[in-house]
Amino acid sequence: MRGKRVRIRAKGRIFEGIALPSEDGKIVLKLDNGYNVGFYDYEIIEEEEFEVPEVKLPAVKEREGLKNVKVISTGGTIASKVDYKTGAVTSQFTAEEIVSDIPELAEICNISAELLYNILSENMRPEYWITLARRVYEAIKEGYEGVVVTHGTDTMHYSASALAFMLRTPVPVVFVGAQRSSDRPSSDAAINMICSAHTALSDLGEVAVVMHATTSDDYCHIHRGVKVRKNHTSRRDAFESVNYPPLGRVWSDGRIEWIAERFRRGERELQLFDSLEEKVALIKYFPGLTPEILEFFHDRGYRGFVIEGTGLGHVSTDWVDTVKRVAEDSLIVMTSQCLWGRVCDRVYDTGRYLLKAGVIEGEDMLPETALIKVMWLLGNFELEEARELVKKNLVGEINYRSGYEEEFE
Amino acid sequence: MNYADLGLKVGIEIHQQLDTKHKLFCRCPTELREVEDSNFEFFRYLRLKRSELGTEDRAAKEEVMRSRRFTYKFYDTTCLVEADEEPPTEINREALIIGIQIAKMLNMELVDELHVMRKIVIDGSNTTGFQRTALLAFDGYLEVDGRRIGVATLCIEEEAAKKVEERRGEVVYSLDRLGIPLVEIGTEPDINSPEMAKKVAKKLGMILRSTGKVKRGLGTIRQDVNISIEQGARVEIKGVQDVDILDKIVEYEVVRQVNLLRIRDELRKRNARVCEEIFDVKDVFASTKSKILRKAKAIMAVKLEGFSGLVGMEIQPGRRLGTEFADIAKTFGLGGIFHTDELPAYGISEQEVEELRKAVNAGEGDAVIIAAGDEQRVRNALARIVERAKFCLVGVPEETRKANDDGTTSYLRPLPGAARMYPETDVPPVVIDEEMRGVEVPELIEERAERYMRSYGLSEDLAMIMADPRYSGIFEEFAGSVEASVVARVLHIIPSQLRKEGYDVDRLGEEDFRLTLSMIRDGKIAKEGAEEVLKILSREKVGEEEILARLSPSKDLDGFIADLVKEKSDLIAERGENAFKPLMGLVMKEFRGKVDGKVIAEKLREAIKRELENI
Repeated sequence: MRGKRVRIRAKGRIFEGIALPSEDGKIVLKLDNGYNVGFYDYEIIEEEEFEVPEVKLPAVKEREGLKNVKVISTGGTIASKVDYKTGAVTSQFTAEEIVSDIPELAEICNISAELLYNILSENMRPEYWITLARRVYEAIKEGYEGVVVTHGTDTMHYSASALAFMLRTPVPVVFVGAQRSSDRPSSDAAINMICSAHTALSDLGEVAVVMHATTSDDYCHIHRGVKVRKNHTSRRDAFESVNYPPLGRVWSDGRIEWIAERFRRGERELQLFDSLEEKVALIKYFPGLTPEILEFFHDRGYRGFVIEGTGLGHVSTDWVDTVKRVAEDSLIVMTSQCLWGRVCDRVYDTGRYLLKAGVIEGEDMLPETALIKVMWLLGNFELEEARELVKKNLVGEINYRSGYEEEFE
Repeated sequence: MNYADLGLKVGIEIHQQLDTKHKLFCRCPTELREVEDSNFEFFRYLRLKRSELGTEDRAAKEEVMRSRRFTYKFYDTTCLVEADEEPPTEINREALIIGIQIAKMLNMELVDELHVMRKIVIDGSNTTGFQRTALLAFDGYLEVDGRRIGVATLCIEEEAAKKVEERRGEVVYSLDRLGIPLVEIGTEPDINSPEMAKKVAKKLGMILRSTGKVKRGLGTIRQDVNISIEQGARVEIKGVQDVDILDKIVEYEVVRQVNLLRIRDELRKRNARVCEEIFDVKDVFASTKSKILRKAKAIMAVKLEGFSGLVGMEIQPGRRLGTEFADIAKTFGLGGIFHTDELPAYGISEQEVEELRKAVNAGEGDAVIIAAGDEQRVRNALARIVERAKFCLVGVPEETRKANDDGTTSYLRPLPGAARMYPETDVPPVVIDEEMRGVEVPELIEERAERYMRSYGLSEDLAMIMADPRYSGIFEEFAGSVEASVVARVLHIIPSQLRKEGYDVDRLGEEDFRLTLSMIRDGKIAKEGAEEVLKILSREKVGEEEILARLSPSKDLDGFIADLVKEKSDLIAERGENAFKPLMGLVMKEFRGKVDGKVIAEKLREAIKRELENI
């Protein structure tokens, strides 16, 4: 990489520093005291290019007696790091990078790292889930003790759900991210990563999300991938298990306290179902929303619908006719915007009409999980079979008994 | 001391809290709280981040990770931004405007566009691990005694959290102070004497106060001082809270550097050298009477050849070269050190000293330093002391020191490298536009005070007080209609007295002073009554009528005097006009503050005269 050092005249004085990329005819200088300053009225007197020295990190040596963990990066906050010279925050990802940033990891396992994508998680797409599922599948076949997927937090629970349906895994597949970027001394990335590594070696056989359990750097929760949701825009403990307890707590010293029933290591055979139907819509109902929205998507060839209805699972009664028409050749699953609780359309008339019209209750599934499940069902089964599988618990997405899980801290 | 010959250079850095409505990067009030009021606490660890060259000390990293746990006290006046759980808001415009005012008062140039940076700080005082700071202005000056002192930079930055407790491996911080806006003003090293340093700091303080927008009271302004002499080194002294000892700090630091240079010259003459080896001398003290050594798991020593007599040499009042070594030991968690220049003492016998010398093969001219405690700590501390002792042959080490209350300083840490800064991408840059640049510059307290001396005949001291923005508004409002000295009494002198008597004068607000002064102006109370009114208002907020009702004489004055004179007619007969004094006391006891003393005296004199005529 090359940098540019300039000397400018502005405000009747001379300034020297590194020129940073900027627009609108202004110049932003990084002065030698470290401060960035913007000038609009200036004249460049001298400029000089220089080579920014490459950072050479020591190679990571495999340690005998430690188990192997595959780390696959998809980008996001957790992988970002800062260049103090130019002040740019970039995203890089090699085992050397990770281990030099979090040396504790080298004491836990041997890491093999791979940068699969370098995207912000808001740009995640179903086709990326397919590639990701295939890569994880291969890694498991290669014999890794566990797989850690680093991921942006915005859509991490969608991706975790996707992998949970696409991949029946005998080993832990752990999604992890950071709410504070890794270039900050206060980042939650290190503890999340360390706890993820411990989880990847543990007696677990399913897809999980591991993130801070509290605002303190105390311990992490291991959430079931199909029962977790980002419930806060910025807090470290944004991820919460909904309608099922967290599977366990994990501390950075490796201690794990299991809480809820889980798939154990080796319990399931490795299996990959790598197709998804992308034309599935998640529609949030609100007072006044007309059923035209359903017709619109249906006309565009969508055959899968998840409705995020009100309360026990409702939309306005004036939707009934349209629902009936659309449901003839489509899958319509009802979930609730309450998030917490189970859908039950047998209590009120509206619900009964909707059931009659062909809506399928999504039980206690999160709307996002139901969306992924419908994508996966339509991608792998005929419509009739898919309809039957909606209410069947396949990978832990449905819990037939409701408890007081929200009280888990 | 001839400071010019010594090549003294001093630069000052002032940190002043601003009195804004909100903090710099969130909408919390800039209010300090009692720790007991905390409604929540949480803890975090901070991690060192790799430098731009990829180098990083792993041991240091482990220390950060394992041994420093930071606990933070949260309040109902703090939010997720202070907790590093929510992105910062845009920079507080009110603070920027105050910064621009101050910059203009210091003849500085403003940047066209302000960029907020993150300055890495990992002592836990910032929850994020960095301090947000932005360069607003540069290249100004102020005049002191006809000399121009350059002002290099003015930055707007966040105040750090306040340390409230330090336990083993854990530091507790309070979040109330975190994020209060600060201006940081750094002068050029143009100052060349201790007196000048103090004068510059005072002048800067006066300029800051003139804005009327800065926080007042203990801890709201802090000075860091950079001091060097020729052949010496740049030493940064942190956290001088009392500007009155600033000259002493500079003076003592010069003394320290001069003495260290003397020690260097002497050591060179003696061909002194420092032996690298760390000796285990536990056996020497097997049956020692020293309590500290008896308790210690490890006792080790280093030998400084040719240092005899110099370790005990005073380099600052009450501080010896040995004290500098002890400071280092303390930073490694030890209680301190012993050295042969001060032994035998502290329960260590002459015989033990001799054996110690033998054990490390030290001659008469050598000094031996011993440290005791946990083995690893002792080793680390002694290795660092060896490094420091070696530097005695070079001169004065560059370092950061802490100001002590008596003007001396103690070792804190090595001088930080070029502060590592990178952009705060969460906060957009701010264009400093014409409207912001056009903000009016307030009249300086000094100038205003001169005006008050001229127009109102106030003394210089009183004029400076009245010219302070805390008083000047009300002062000018009333100084035309009420005697200026009376206004000053009401605003400052009476409240100061009442404070000493235990009244809660902090409860008095502008409206209370206004009420008191307008009652005097309108002739509703005598000026002597002000004290009584302020006493009432410092206890409870009551209106004018209620105050007048409480002040109104319980009996009428004429009647009271008539009764009194009748009652004390014997006394008057006996003493004649000299009876005035004791009787005046009795009347005043009843009417003080309610009726003008002059009126009382006149009436009483009259009544006594009449009584005497009657007799």
